[in-house]
Amino acid sequence: MNNKIENTLFQCRAINKEFGNVKANDDISINVSKSQIHALLGENGAGKSTLVKIIYGLLQPDSGSMTFSNKDFTPKSPKDARALGVGMVFQHFSLFEPLTAFENILLGLDKELGENELRDSVITLSESYGLEVNLSSFIGDLSAGERQRVEIIRALIQKPKLLIMDEPTSVLTPFECESLFKTLKKLASEGTSILYISHKLKEIADLCDTASVLRKGAVVGEYDPKKMTARELGEIMVGQSLFEPKPPVATNKGDRVLSVKINEVKPDTQFGVTLKNIDLEVYQSEILGIGGVAGNGQEELMQILTGEKKAQRVSIKYMNNNVEMLNPRERREIGLAFAPEERLGHAAVGNLNLLENSLITDPKKRFQKKMGFINFSELNEFTNQIIEKFNVKTTSASALASSLSGGNLQKFVVGREIAQKPSLFIVNQPTWGVDALSAANIRQAIVEIANTGAAIILISQDLDEILEISNKVAFLTNGNLSTPTNTADIKTDEIGAIMGGISA
Amino acid sequence: MDLSEINFAVLVASLIVASTPLVLAALGELIAEKAGVLNLGVEGMMIIGAVSGFIVGVETGSAYVGIIAAAVAGALLSLLFSFIILIMQANQVASGLALTIFGLGIAALMGHPYTGIKSPQISTISIPILNEIPILGTMFFQHDLVVYLSLISVLTVWYFLTRTRAGLILRSVGEDHNVAHSLGYRVKTIRFLAITFGGAMAGVGGGYLSLVRVPQWTEGMTAGAGWIALALVVFSGWRPFRLLVGAYIFGGITILQLNLQAIGVNINIAVLSMAPYLATILALVVISMSRFRGNRGAPGCLGTSFVKTT
Repeated sequence: MNNKIENTLFQCRAINKEFGNVKANDDISINVSKSQIHALLGENGAGKSTLVKIIYGLLQPDSGSMTFSNKDFTPKSPKDARALGVGMVFQHFSLFEPLTAFENILLGLDKELGENELRDSVITLSESYGLEVNLSSFIGDLSAGERQRVEIIRALIQKPKLLIMDEPTSVLTPFECESLFKTLKKLASEGTSILYISHKLKEIADLCDTASVLRKGAVVGEYDPKKMTARELGEIMVGQSLFEPKPPVATNKGDRVLSVKINEVKPDTQFGVTLKNIDLEVYQSEILGIGGVAGNGQEELMQILTGEKKAQRVSIKYMNNNVEMLNPRERREIGLAFAPEERLGHAAVGNLNLLENSLITDPKKRFQKKMGFINFSELNEFTNQIIEKFNVKTTSASALASSLSGGNLQKFVVGREIAQKPSLFIVNQPTWGVDALSAANIRQAIVEIANTGAAIILISQDLDEILEISNKVAFLTNGNLSTPTNTADIKTDEIGAIMGGISA
Repeated sequence: MDLSEINFAVLVASLIVASTPLVLAALGELIAEKAGVLNLGVEGMMIIGAVSGFIVGVETGSAYVGIIAAAVAGALLSLLFSFIILIMQANQVASGLALTIFGLGIAALMGHPYTGIKSPQISTISIPILNEIPILGTMFFQHDLVVYLSLISVLTVWYFLTRTRAGLILRSVGEDHNVAHSLGYRVKTIRFLAITFGGAMAGVGGGYLSLVRVPQWTEGMTAGAGWIALALVVFSGWRPFRLLVGAYIFGGITILQLNLQAIGVNINIAVLSMAPYLATILALVVISMSRFRGNRGAPGCLGTSFVKTT
């Protein structure tokens, strides 16, 4: 027992934090030992982010106490926290895109440091931990992995005793994840404690020594992730048993629904990706998964498929008709449905309510009465069905789309599109930011419409999601699409190579 | 028409004088915009500076005291803007426009008794030796203190923004206030300081107009100089030296058209008077058309309110 106290680096006792009526943190107590990689596991909204923001001084708890190195710890701002030895790497990078990597590192420091002195220590750090970054490049030009390395260097340069990592792998390729894990393990072996936030169960088992599971703002318990299966941990995290959707079972090989051939499409902006040599086909009752790390042409491909962007040297055949010249509305009228990645402003209008959002996205004018009047009873019924079926948390169907949380709006958007009963459904990142149970529901719904004959193109960065429900998989790398292969024939270790662009 | 009547050296010297209010006001706005604040009240702060500087200058008999008063007046008016947008979180565009209208109105009220009075003289400081260089001496080294100060401020602002940590922090607040906040920087304090600096600079610009450039008080005498200063900031791509060049080009066009009018060029006076404003529009169109480089200067959070989120 004595030994345990001596080994404790950080401790919080009975932390409470409320936002309005919502208890974000409810009596949370955790212990982080020295040299430990401690996982904080939980669904979106479980209170993980609130807790680490309190530790990092961005928020102050309503009640409760913390100790750091056996001393009382009440950081009033991130500066206080950093001064005492807490470093943080944010989930949404807290980097300034128009500034250089070096300037970003400089801004993370509290005291002025000689430029050369700083450059030297950054180089030393990046060499010893395998964190290679070109210091003079602008953040806007760096990949997600490189950006994260900048963040890690920025945190490490202050020699933190506790490093908080908030969902660090959500934007990384499998290869980048591995190198990140090496860095973290090396840090831990040298005495740094790491508080590792994630909802990805496999990586927690690989990496972490202890896992505190949070649910609805409270600690459910502390577990040893190495002694449990991912499924067991997942069920503790969600609080109920999880089901895994299966890929659709096509009874017979259906007709081809869509074939797309793209020679080359140049991007509209200088940061865009050129699409090259894309050749794909989808059949009835088939889910084609398109994987790859963000920024490899997903947005651009989506725009071509929806008709938001029209280009030369593109041919799109839908049920034997050429549709490449049709605009999004015309495509929706003939049975295509789309759910783009960006929910607000793209998939839904923030300042319109859910009813109005259903109305404007309905291609078949089914909510229209004579003389152009709106059929409100139908519209209400349609919208409320989506809300019910997809468990959308909202005050009512007449709530503004912008008032919903990202995950809930996502559920609404996907539900709305599925309710069109499309023959072809193209969806980008359907479960981004959605909690595990709802994500499973969304996947299940996608599989269901595929089973009734729809063809699906599923663009996602979540590899597990793609492997779980797709019949065929292809990967986007630098605007190139690999040849679609049957999911059953693909090996996990090949995927990293394909995504990294090593083989085609 | 005889173009040889125009003395080139004198022309350059007077274009520098004509451009100085623009340089000062635009430089202040550049700092505010780099911190993420779009203050469309430049015109209002300039004219408040013009009238306050003039009144204090006349009453004290010293143009220098007048210039200082102009800076204080511009800064004071900007406090109102800071209060509205930082504390009340109002829309920056609307508040800035209101500030201009307010400034024009109150300046007219304050300045009414002073219409038609001559202002105290500001002395020219000739820089020894350098002022004896033929032509160049007349052009650059026989000016008043404010002109030299405006050039020093360009250099200082450039150095501050690109070479100091404080400047980097200011830019970071303008690029992404949420990130800056999460790193522990005080977004509102930094913006407040930037707005106040912008107000003081616009005030000095206005004071220079009424005390040196014209030198007289007439209602509405800034005549759009604040708007031109705003355009210059965009034209410069948020770079101090390009801003200086832009201001001198603009001042040059103004002076040239006056000279052309004086020697009786056979062009309609209306067209000549229009020239500076046409040039502004043209410059802005060209700048916004050019796809290369241009956008890296525009601060990411320009014109957006900062609301603390959890």
